[in-house]
Amino acid sequence: MTEKFNYEKLGLKVGLEIHRQLDTKKLFSPVPSELNEKVDFIFERRLRPTMSEMGEIDPAALEEFKKGRKYIYEGNYELTDLVYMDEEPPRGPDREALEVSLQIAYLLNAKPVDEVHFMRKIVIDGSNVSGFQRTAIIAMNGKVDTPWGSVGIPTICLEEDACRIVERKEKEVIYRVDRLGIPLVEISTTPDIHHPEQAKVVAKYIGDALRATRKVKRGLGTIRQDLNVSIRGGARIEIKGVQELDMIPLIIEREVERQVNLLKIRDELRERGVNPEEVKEEFHDVTEVFQNTESKIIARAIRKGGKVLAVRLPGFRGLIGREIQPGRRLGTEMADRAKKYVKGIFHIDELPDYGITEKEVNAVIEKLSLGEKDAFVLVAAEEETARKALAEVVKRAKEALEGVPEETRRALPDGNTQYMRPLPGKARMYPETDIPTIFLPSGYKERIKANLPELPQERVERYVKEYSIDKSLAETLVNDERDELFEELVKKGIKPSLAASVLVVVLKGLKKEVPIEKVTEEHIRGAFELYLKGKIAKEAFEEIFKELARNPEKTAKQVAEEKGLTLLSEEEVERIVDEVIQQNIDVIKAKGMGAMGMIMGRAMAKLRGRADGKLVNTLVRKKIQELS
Amino acid sequence: MRKVEEFMRKHNLGVGDLVRILKWEGNELLAFEGLVMPPYELSPGETLTIKLDNGYNIGILIDAIEKVEVLEKAAKRPRMAFQEVLPRKEGLPNVTILGTGGTIASRVDYKTGAVHPAFTAEELAKAVPEIFEMANVTPKLIMNILSEDMKPAYWKRIAHEVAKALNSGEDGVVIAHGTDTMGYTASALSFMLGNLTKPVVLVGAQRSSDRPSSDSAMNLTCAVRMATSDVAEVMVVMHGETSDTYCLAHRGTKVRKMHTSRRDAFRSINDVPIAKIWKDRIELLRDDYRRRGEGEVGVDDRMEEKVAILKAYPGVSGEILDFLVDRGYKGVVIEGTGLGHVSQDFIPHVERAVQEGVAVCVTSQCLYGRVNLNVYSNGRKLLRAGAIPCEDMLPETAYVKLMWVLGHTDDPEEVSKMMLTNYAGEITPYTRFDTFLR
Repeated sequence: MTEKFNYEKLGLKVGLEIHRQLDTKKLFSPVPSELNEKVDFIFERRLRPTMSEMGEIDPAALEEFKKGRKYIYEGNYELTDLVYMDEEPPRGPDREALEVSLQIAYLLNAKPVDEVHFMRKIVIDGSNVSGFQRTAIIAMNGKVDTPWGSVGIPTICLEEDACRIVERKEKEVIYRVDRLGIPLVEISTTPDIHHPEQAKVVAKYIGDALRATRKVKRGLGTIRQDLNVSIRGGARIEIKGVQELDMIPLIIEREVERQVNLLKIRDELRERGVNPEEVKEEFHDVTEVFQNTESKIIARAIRKGGKVLAVRLPGFRGLIGREIQPGRRLGTEMADRAKKYVKGIFHIDELPDYGITEKEVNAVIEKLSLGEKDAFVLVAAEEETARKALAEVVKRAKEALEGVPEETRRALPDGNTQYMRPLPGKARMYPETDIPTIFLPSGYKERIKANLPELPQERVERYVKEYSIDKSLAETLVNDERDELFEELVKKGIKPSLAASVLVVVLKGLKKEVPIEKVTEEHIRGAFELYLKGKIAKEAFEEIFKELARNPEKTAKQVAEEKGLTLLSEEEVERIVDEVIQQNIDVIKAKGMGAMGMIMGRAMAKLRGRADGKLVNTLVRKKIQELS
Repeated sequence: MRKVEEFMRKHNLGVGDLVRILKWEGNELLAFEGLVMPPYELSPGETLTIKLDNGYNIGILIDAIEKVEVLEKAAKRPRMAFQEVLPRKEGLPNVTILGTGGTIASRVDYKTGAVHPAFTAEELAKAVPEIFEMANVTPKLIMNILSEDMKPAYWKRIAHEVAKALNSGEDGVVIAHGTDTMGYTASALSFMLGNLTKPVVLVGAQRSSDRPSSDSAMNLTCAVRMATSDVAEVMVVMHGETSDTYCLAHRGTKVRKMHTSRRDAFRSINDVPIAKIWKDRIELLRDDYRRRGEGEVGVDDRMEEKVAILKAYPGVSGEILDFLVDRGYKGVVIEGTGLGHVSQDFIPHVERAVQEGVAVCVTSQCLYGRVNLNVYSNGRKLLRAGAIPCEDMLPETAYVKLMWVLGHTDDPEEVSKMMLTNYAGEITPYTRFDTFLR
């Protein structure tokens, strides 16, 4: 396979940070780690930045506080207790969560620390009610071996998840408290990953170790994979929210592409002799030009009393519209920055378009007296907002002269990334004195080490041996995290081959037709229960899951009954077989057993999914024999 | 000496030193680099705590350490000096904040993790700038104790400091106090500062001031606002609900800490709070408060400290009361059951105590409601034995008041009369419907 880039030459460096929720009680209070949409009460708080030793307070944070930013928290009586309202000192930590994180540490070849010290990491955006996140290093010095070389795992941390954000308004943010305190294991690697595929291998290895414990949460939002990507001469970019393992190589490749292209743009700007001082926050009011514009967006803004402001970007013509990732341009990056204030911007490289005419473009060029290499960016909005938006554009343009700006970006579903916020500064941490330090005696550690859970690969081999199922089937079961459910079903008396084929073949086969991810484990259990009780035939699984995917609020039983998928009694089956026989009596009389195939076909057409095929076969055979 | 102190001494390690440690893990040597942290006070001391470059602390088993090397001794950090007093602004009222211990604001040293109290005017002005927009604030640390260590001698000291500040022209005094016994101090000051002409406000925090979510700053802001108000009483100002929306000003004799940890732990019992304090205004909830006025504030601090509180409960033995009498106690406040009862067996012991000149006062462990010893026979017997039923007074308030009353007289009739006289709002004339559990 030829590769898009020579990663070695580019000096690619990737580090991973993987967060995964543990399926235990909350970390500092024995509250169930569950989410619930029911809101029983709300409370509101303000977070005041703390003063440092030198008597300093983060001025930006203080400014936010003075502006009166409020945080509204939605609580649920079962899932939000006083600890997580910051109304009671922490309990715990949950011993099970601690033990699971130690198992994970050993599975990743790391060494647990001798004594665990929980810290308070200041987080002042309201996502932690207390204003800090509790976190501790559990183990250090782990590693993952890959065909490209070994990648270090310097730290494994156990920490609390934050509140879920519900809504962000101008002066307040609304959070749901239920997620706060769910234990998270955080695993970070050294930036020793030098190939996109290597990153996937490492992430898979770590994911396998996590799943081996069978004590991690599954499903959307329970795992968060962040990538730190840089190339030589580029910058460290933190990419958040990578959901799927398979996307990792593509996202890295796209980020490399972005950095390579941004560096090219930088070089070209320098070649053009663009001086950073010429990129200025000088905004021109060009509202006049657009008095009779056909652009709906601009017309609406003007009608509402807004202005059209333009800024001159010297030497940028042709570069703002240059593609840096498929479908994304430097202009897109500028627009992302301005998004805090306006819906969008217009830049010269994409005009005329969007109802803006060539005449209008030329008028702006003239008003700003642009040279042929110079560009402009327009914003139509209330004047103060427009100014703020353009200031962001100017800032991003200045950064283009430097190359790649360091930032935190959000992974998009197509593999591209989008600006989220600047890189966070160094964490401010101090000890959580409400929680005694936890000494880990060597006997305790040895016991955990001696009883490590089976790794996924070992599990696959065991399935093949123990249940004589196909290896690829076993692998899919384990990789799709259907293994626990599989074992549960087998234990209940389902034949391993049937359980495996329904969980893998049937469910996956429906993926194209219906949103199969809506089918919960509860649904699946329900369907198998019906099967075990002889209420449905195995042919009915497909139809039941199809229906459940469309109506996930129903139960398997409801669906089976509504769709007439429940098995008929033997008498009923016999009645229908008789019907078919009567309808075709002539053929039977003529052909005798030679009509067997045809009669079976007609009978099954009426009975598929509602009767056991073997029973129908026996009945049909008997009836034909009787007649001939 | 614990292992950690021994180790630090042996290797000449100081807090803040940058060290490199080699430690055995099985048959592997692992290296750690970080700053030496102070040993934890209550740990067994088997580990050395270091702060890694990423900000995390870990403990390293001293027995497994092969080698420790100091890479850099801790730099002598300049002691931060903050201005004690800030220049006064014309037209603003003057408020003194008396510190008694605990922290209303703190500085966090993210390098070592140490949390230091911040109490100079300059630090307060940085941490809680709002209060300096309302008043010229002068902080003064008069003692540094945990509130559970509070005792009558300290109440007197606080009372004198309050009087001194008010008589020197301050418009109000705020007392920063630990929350555990704040209600007792509020009661004590209510009786000692009988002729108040200006507000005296006690304030505390339920959640430590180093955390961004602390209730400390808002409580302090509300307290300073209340200290500039027209209410010349001893009050406790704390959060009114779990949200950071308003504080309540409670009458000093009617307030009780009703929760171990919640922000809104302080409640007025058998009474309506004096005021709600919002971000920008005071909403008075009643009109029968003492108005700001002119005149010196005196301190009447005569107290008899030989007073105890005794709870009645099933199986309680009269011996306990006998013991107090034998030990020379002058007064006992009984937290009776229900309307103020004790068991029949206990009554002879009360009788004996009263006969020996000990004042026996009766309150209720229900806290809410009024005692009444006329309803059941054991109540009537208790009355006949000479016990003083303390109306709707809180047991803690009755305890403080009894000390103060006995400091003035030992004549049983006079004691009884004084206990039933309302001096500082401690007795309400009738029981309002809207004062229960709110």
